Amino acid sequence: MAANADVWEVFIQSKNGLAHKHVGNVHAADKVMALENARDLYTRRNEGSCIWVVKATDIISSESEDSEAFFDPSNDKMYRHPTFYNMPDGAKHI
Amino acid sequence: MSSLLQYTLRIADSSLILGQRMSEWCAKGPTLEEDIALSNIALDLFGQANGFYEYAAELDGEKSADDLAFLRNEREFFNHQIVELENGHFGDTIVRNFLHDGFNFLFYTELAKSKDETLAALAAKSIKEVKYHLRHTSNWLIRLGDGTEESNPKVQTSLNNIWQFTGELFEMDEIDNELLSAGIAVDNASIKSEWDNIVNKTLKKAKLSRPEDGYMATGGKKGMHTEHLGFLLAEMQFLQRAHPNAKW
Repeated sequence: MAANADVWEVFIQSKNGLAHKHVGNVHAADKVMALENARDLYTRRNEGSCIWVVKATDIISSESEDSEAFFDPSNDKMYRHPTFYNMPDGAKHI
Repeated sequence: MSSLLQYTLRIADSSLILGQRMSEWCAKGPTLEEDIALSNIALDLFGQANGFYEYAAELDGEKSADDLAFLRNEREFFNHQIVELENGHFGDTIVRNFLHDGFNFLFYTELAKSKDETLAALAAKSIKEVKYHLRHTSNWLIRLGDGTEESNPKVQTSLNNIWQFTGELFEMDEIDNELLSAGIAVDNASIKSEWDNIVNKTLKKAKLSRPEDGYMATGGKKGMHTEHLGFLLAEMQFLQRAHPNAKW
């Protein structure tokens, strides 16, 4: 597309109440065009009830070189999982 | 031919011919995204045409919907002339479709109240689609008109050239009047002021000026067409003409 078109990430909500899910992206020069392009590309087969479009440059992503610092520390913290705990015999309905 | 049949064919023909024009954009759209948008619109129009042709075939009693679409000649098509105009550049297509979409949206809104239940149901089904078409072409018209030093004069020229084909949309002839008094047809003249509102509002946002009403082309509803329709039909009907009854 023309040089003045941005990439917009598209999120579709398949049903009311469910989370919007990332489905892909479109090129568009403005937000109205982005929404219409997303509608035309990603909801042709009745996929959605709501569309979000977000300019790709507005999304802040963690960097892969940071992944150790970001994610490894949670590896050895088993106590953050509910299965780490023994249920007391007296506790019911858990 | 009964008045109701001819009235139904006029609607079907306008949808089919505009659909064929839009399908000519397939794989030639200015961007991948817009290419798909234009093809979607073509499919919507073919779907609408199909509904009205099925009804026309029922009224006719002999010809099928396919016969009506593929085996009639130029003078037997009753579409508005504006829909047969060539695509030109993207701005030409947007202007042509915008002017027609505005009419179509108001027309179907009224036709949905028709005493003819089939026409009313077909119209009601088409409104949502046409509403989206109008939205799409309005947004593009605003973008192009309020765009660049190149796009504004280009699309203003498109508007000036195509304006003469808008008069026909609001004409009422003896068939319209006969069916209007039976509560079936739309009073085209009555939707003109609302069409003016839509057009004026959008042109203002698009920083385009509305052309003066001058010479207005007419005759499509009676089977009189511009030189463009014959070429369109030749391409559209080629397969059925060369290989009668060919099936997929």
